[in-house]
Amino acid sequence: MSERLTDSHPSELQKAKIEVVDLSFYYSNVQALKSVNLAIFERSVTALIGPSGCGKSTFLRTINRMNDIIPMTKVTGHVRLDGQDIYAPGVDVVELRKRVGMVFQKPNPFPMSIYDNVAYGPRIHGVRKKSTLDEIVERSLTLAALWDEVKDRLRSSALELSGGQQQRLCIARALAVEPEVLLMDEPCSALDPIATARIEDLIQELKKQFTIVIVTHNLHQAGRVSDFTAFFLAGELVESGPTEVIFERPSDKRTEDYVTGRFG
Amino acid sequence: MKQTVAKLLIVTSAIVVLCILAVVISHILINGLPLVNLAYLTTDPDISWGNPVGGIRSTVWVSCYLTVIALLVAVPIGVGAAVYFTEYAKVGAFVTALRFAVESLAGVPSIVFGLFGYALFVISLGLQWSILSGGLTLACMILPTIIRTSEEALRSVPSAFREASLSLGATRWQTIWRVVVPSASPGIVTGIILGVGRAVGETAAVMLTAGMSLGFPILPTQPGRSMAVHLYTLAQEHIAYDQSYATAAVLVLVILAVDAAASLIRRRTST
Repeated sequence: MSERLTDSHPSELQKAKIEVVDLSFYYSNVQALKSVNLAIFERSVTALIGPSGCGKSTFLRTINRMNDIIPMTKVTGHVRLDGQDIYAPGVDVVELRKRVGMVFQKPNPFPMSIYDNVAYGPRIHGVRKKSTLDEIVERSLTLAALWDEVKDRLRSSALELSGGQQQRLCIARALAVEPEVLLMDEPCSALDPIATARIEDLIQELKKQFTIVIVTHNLHQAGRVSDFTAFFLAGELVESGPTEVIFERPSDKRTEDYVTGRFG
Repeated sequence: MKQTVAKLLIVTSAIVVLCILAVVISHILINGLPLVNLAYLTTDPDISWGNPVGGIRSTVWVSCYLTVIALLVAVPIGVGAAVYFTEYAKVGAFVTALRFAVESLAGVPSIVFGLFGYALFVISLGLQWSILSGGLTLACMILPTIIRTSEEALRSVPSAFREASLSLGATRWQTIWRVVVPSASPGIVTGIILGVGRAVGETAAVMLTAGMSLGFPILPTQPGRSMAVHLYTLAQEHIAYDQSYATAAVLVLVILAVDAAASLIRRRTST
C-alpha cells in the first residue's frame, strides 16, 4: 500500500535520493521493521512520525547503518542511496557514513574544544592543513547558525555551550564532513522552545543543500518543518506522502487517528 | 533507639579508622622527620662500618628507576588490555577466563610475584638481580590495578561519544584512539598513579629481583636497593631505628603525595 502512495507523490520534479525497498529489521527474534517501502526525495525534509517504539528511529538508523554496531541484529531488503544498495556486500560503511551524517537526540559534543569538535570529522578523513581546517570549521559553524555566537571562543570547551548551542554544534560537526543526507533523531527533544525554533529555522535553510530525514515525536514540528511525512506504527510504514496530505487527508484510518491526536 | 546505636557504631568505626591512620603517620613523621634534611636526601647510604651512616640518595633513585621501568611496560599492556575488554571482547569462555586471570592476579601476594620474578627474570632469562628484573616484576604486579581502573574509566565514557564518532565516518580504531581513550584519560591516569604508589612501596618483590646492593645503578642491568628495601634492612639487620624512621618518613610522604595527586586529578575532572 505504501508503494502505491509513494507512487502518487506529486514529485516527478524531485529525484529520489534514497529508495527503501522491502526493508525488514530484527533485534534477535523481534521484528522491529516490517517490509518497509519508502522513497526519500532530494533536498527535502522527510519527517518520520509515530508513537514510541514504532520503529521510526530504527528505520532512521538503517540509512547510515548505525544499527550495525548493535549485536544480534539482522537486516533484509534494500536501502538504495543514489541507486546503490548500501547493504550490498563490499560497501564501505565509513564511506557511507561520510555521505550520510547524523544528529542525535541528546546533544553529544565531544569533551574537546568547539573547534576540535567541528574539525574532528575532516581530521579523521585526512585533512591536515590548518588553513583548510579553519575554513571548514567556519563554513560549518556558519551553516549551523552558530558562528557568530562562538567565533571568539573556538578554543573553549564545547561543554560550556548551552543545550541548544551544543545541538547546533553537533549539526556543524556533521556538516563538516560534507554529507549529502542528514539524519536527525528527535534533535529537539532535549531543547527548550526557543532553541527548538532555531533548529527548525536551521532545518529550513539546510534543506536547500541537503536531504534531511528527521524523526520527531512532535506532530506540530513535523507539520512545520517537513515536506513529506511517513507514519510508522508497530514496525510498519502505514502511510507516507506530502505532509499536508498526511495531516489533512490521510487515507488510512490509523494515520487519521494518530495525527488528530486520538492516540500516541 | 536502634537508629542511634547504629549511628554511634558507624561513627565510632569511622573515627577508629581515622585514628589508626593518624597515629601511624604521625608516629612515623615525628620520629623520622627530625633526621630528614637536605644532606640526608643527597648523600648515598654507607654501611661499610656495620653501623649505617649517610643518606638515601641512591635508594630514592632506584625507587624512581624501578617505577619508571614498571610503568613503561605495564601502562601500554594494561591500557591495551582494558581497551580490549571494553571495546572488542565479546562474551565467551575466553574472555571469562581472561577476566578471572586478571582478578586473580590482583589478589596474589607480592612475595609470590617476587618469587615468580626471581625464577623467570633473574634466573631463567638471565637478567640477574637488576633494575630490569625488578621493574618487570613490578610491572606484573601493578598490571591488574591498571587494567581494572582503566576498564572502569573506559566503560564510563558515554556510548553517545562512540556513536557520534562512528556516525562521522570514523573507524572503530579511530573512535577508540581519538575519542574514547582521551575521554577516559583522567580515570586511566588515576589507575596509573595508584600503581605508582604500589610500586614505590613494594619491598618483598623488589628485594628478590632487584637485589639489595648499595650502588648507584646507571644501566638497567645493574642491581640496586630501593627505599622500601633499604628501610627493611635498616630495621631488620642493622637495628638502626632512627635511620629507618627517617627513610620511612620520606617514603610515606612520597606515597601520600602520589595519592594526593591521584585524588586531585579525579576531583578536578569529575566536575
